[in-house]
Amino acid sequence: MHRSKDELDSLARSQLAELEGKSLSMKDRGQIPVQEMPTQEPEQRIHNMDEVATGYTESQVKVEALRCLQCKNKPCVQGCPVAIDIPAFIAKAAQGDFAGATETIKQSSLLPAICGRVCPQESQCQKFCTVGKMHKDVDQAVAIGRIERFVADWTRENGCDKLPEIAPPTGKKVAVVGSGPASISAAADLRRAGHEVVMFEALHKAGGVLVYGIPEFRLPKAIVQKELDNLTAMGVHIELDFLVGRTRTLSDLMTKDGFSAVFVGSGAGLPKFMSIPGENYIGVFSANEYLTRSNLMKAYDVGKSHTPLFESHKVAVFGGGNVAMDAARTAIRLGADEVTIVYRRTEAEMPARKEEVAHAKEEGIRFLFLHAPLKIEADDKGRVTGVELIACELGEPDASGRRSPVEIPGTERVEAFDTVIVAIGNASNPLIKQTTPGIETNRRGNFIVDEETCETSIPGVYAGGDIVLGAATVILAMGQGRKAAKAMNRYLATL
Amino acid sequence: MNKILYKEKLSSEVFKIVVEAPLIAQARKPGQFVILQYGGDFGERIPLTIADADPDKGTITLIFQAVGDSTHRLALKEVGDSVDNILGPLGHPTEIKKYGKVVCVGGGIGVAPLHPIAQAMKAAGNEVKIIMGARNKSLLIMEKEMSAIADELIIVTDDGSFGRKGLVTEPLKDLCETWKPDCVVAIGPPIMMKFCALTTKPYGIHTIVSLNTIMIDGTGMCGGCRVSVGGETKFVCVDGPEFDGHLVDWDNMMMRLGTYRPQEQESHHRCHIGLNIPEGEA
Ligand SMILES: Cc1cc2nc3c(=O)[nH]c(=O)nc-3n(C[C@H](O)[C@H](O)[C@H](O)COP(=O)(O)OP(=O)(O)OC[C@H]3O[C@@H](n4cnc5c(N)ncnc54)[C@H](O)[C@@H]3O)c2cc1C
Ligand SMILES: Cc1cc2nc3c(=O)[nH]c(=O)nc-3n(C[C@H](O)[C@H](O)[C@H](O)COP(=O)(O)OP(=O)(O)OC[C@H]3O[C@@H](n4cnc5c(N)ncnc54)[C@H](O)[C@@H]3O)c2cc1C
Ligand code: SF4
Ligand code: SF4
Ligand code: FES
Repeated sequence: MHRSKDELDSLARSQLAELEGKSLSMKDRGQIPVQEMPTQEPEQRIHNMDEVATGYTESQVKVEALRCLQCKNKPCVQGCPVAIDIPAFIAKAAQGDFAGATETIKQSSLLPAICGRVCPQESQCQKFCTVGKMHKDVDQAVAIGRIERFVADWTRENGCDKLPEIAPPTGKKVAVVGSGPASISAAADLRRAGHEVVMFEALHKAGGVLVYGIPEFRLPKAIVQKELDNLTAMGVHIELDFLVGRTRTLSDLMTKDGFSAVFVGSGAGLPKFMSIPGENYIGVFSANEYLTRSNLMKAYDVGKSHTPLFESHKVAVFGGGNVAMDAARTAIRLGADEVTIVYRRTEAEMPARKEEVAHAKEEGIRFLFLHAPLKIEADDKGRVTGVELIACELGEPDASGRRSPVEIPGTERVEAFDTVIVAIGNASNPLIKQTTPGIETNRRGNFIVDEETCETSIPGVYAGGDIVLGAATVILAMGQGRKAAKAMNRYLATL
Repeated sequence: MNKILYKEKLSSEVFKIVVEAPLIAQARKPGQFVILQYGGDFGERIPLTIADADPDKGTITLIFQAVGDSTHRLALKEVGDSVDNILGPLGHPTEIKKYGKVVCVGGGIGVAPLHPIAQAMKAAGNEVKIIMGARNKSLLIMEKEMSAIADELIIVTDDGSFGRKGLVTEPLKDLCETWKPDCVVAIGPPIMMKFCALTTKPYGIHTIVSLNTIMIDGTGMCGGCRVSVGGETKFVCVDGPEFDGHLVDWDNMMMRLGTYRPQEQESHHRCHIGLNIPEGEA
């Protein structure tokens, strides 16, 4: 049953009236029900691109913050890749000191409004939360991410975001390649140290996957733009339409253009296909293409955008991660009649954020678990007409501990589709490797870096984010950007 | 912002512009292309080959045919206007070396990207013969520039309004028989490149083609430009744009170019307003 923001808010108000001013025992706190995230109604939201989760109200965030037990050993912090002092910021949120809470977060994370929205909290901070453990249900954990999002939004909307202080100019120039979360964080920390920072982005808009991949309905682009505006205000120069490796090589930047160090955050932007027959028919897209058309090129705005969209009725999405959910939910919003996610394993193994899966279900996305595509079929004009599928069962756990799907012979059948979106992951873009002699990569093309410093095999060249980790997460990319910047600042001081 | 410094109408629907892009002018090599984007948030990204460049002046030359919505909008821009975004140079440069005898075949707008390649082939010490084709005389471009390079220039038109009447494959076949080239470079509409490749195949002559698939980013990120070459999926923007013409799956490539035909036809209709292209010629 969908409950409106007003209903949830008035519920929270009465809860708050009861709780405020009382001294609460651990048990009292543990018994406060988790605050539900207000959302746009499913029926309504599948017809627009606006954000689905509209954010806690002030009363809700206070009630939710009161659920935190302020554990001495802070188990939640070990689940956060950048070790935010979670109980400290939640305590401030409970007191209504939202700007103070944001300040606490910002000591560790530069992008709380973004991470609060997109972190897979159930497998990170919230997984370790004592309250969740008490209820034996991670969904009952303190909603750390939602509180984080609220305080960051509040701080931004109330103009309380302070630009960090910039150290006096060091006279050194640093290049940052890419403009995703790894590069944004590295650029901010490098600039803070007083270096001249130039960020080079290949596309005509900065932000990386946050802009071209993750849809507006999950991460409003204005929030990303605000972070980029902050960088510009700090004095970072953002150079768009600049493909390192083609416009200039990385070596040119260092030997001819006077950059003393380079951070590479070029991401994992190379879509994988499955090598099944029919993958190049008309109507088969990588999730990257599908999402880029809609997000970056604004093709969802059919009247205004010059980039065309493929007209779909029955869409199949292959994959089970965030990318698959985003593609499926975008397809529904773009007017598809039916969208099916085809995943080889079961719901339990799906790597997508739990909340996105739940939202996808509410929006009427159909899930076909334990099925694998064998072949894509088309008519004589090469337009997709269907997919041959085979049923699978879960076999023994493999080396990674995941039970791998085993195809069941004799279960092959064809289902009708006119569009197929392949969302089985991204590999790293080989361009910088190809054009930079001496840079070492692993078998999968990821840059090999020193774990402590993020330095690559070339002195002065550092890397972080998906180009190092493979397709990972925003918070890990951000964490590596900061780690690298710290080491780079040390390195630059020795020059 | 990249300012347009020069504009010329080469034929009824083909335009030449010279645009400020200093870094690209310095780095580019024959065979490479750029991606343009203009019109704010809603503009499309369109790939165009770099027809020429002046590294000292910091300019590149683009020659394009107004075929659809976005190229028509570009044709409406005048000297002094700017193109919001230009990314490049993209793709691998042409493999220029001394092959010996080279035939360059250009069809329609394909003559523009062919020009710097023919020039470089000549400079590398090759004997260069050029075949140019167009639907009719009014669509022929760069005849003077090409004749300045060519050891022999052969012109054909579909309707015989200029040069020989016929298709480029006819003189190409003659040259394969009589002149026995070591390398053929064919750039033009896919159907022309397909038949050029089929023409040279029996003679085993190395044939380079430049594919003009649908693109978005041009950096290898979307996979929209993919084609099947020798049974493998390749991304034209990063693995190409040039490939061995004998290995390209032409039918699949041409099918994929038609992906958005219904939408394009609709916007094509809209975009003709204001360009003064005679009915029937566009
Ligand atoms: C659809 C989708 C949904 C996702 N959902 C989530 C989620 O819910 N939660 C989560 O935590 N993570 C999610 N992720 C993963 C997350 O977005 C990435 O891990 C993260 O963005 C990686 O950041 P990055 O800084 O390494 O690179 P990216 O964000 O990939 O940015 C790299 C940038 O570098 C540019 N670039 C590349 N090469 C060059 C070059 N040679 N020169 C100049 N510029 C270059 C690219 O154009 C790009 O803009 C999702 C990813 C996708 C695709
Ligand atoms: C590497 C590369 C280099 C190119 N160089 C040049 C050049 O130097 N000069 C030039 O005039 N054109 C060139 N093209 C083609 C040019 O990009 C397209 O003509 C342009 O994108 C069409 O956009 P539009 O919106 O005007 O037309 P649309 O309305 O999108 O399409 C109109 C017609 O053009 C076809 N078309 C659409 N996109 C492309 C495309 N990318 N390539 C070929 N046909 C297409 C459609 O099938 C349709 O028939 C190149 C393409 C590539 C990939
Ligand atoms: S950054 Fe992510 S993992 Fe860390 S506390 Fe915030 S939501 Fe949790
Ligand atoms: S584990 Fe949960 S209850 Fe304990 S401090 Fe962290 S958020 Fe609060
Ligand atoms: S244009 Fe996107 S991968 Fe080639």
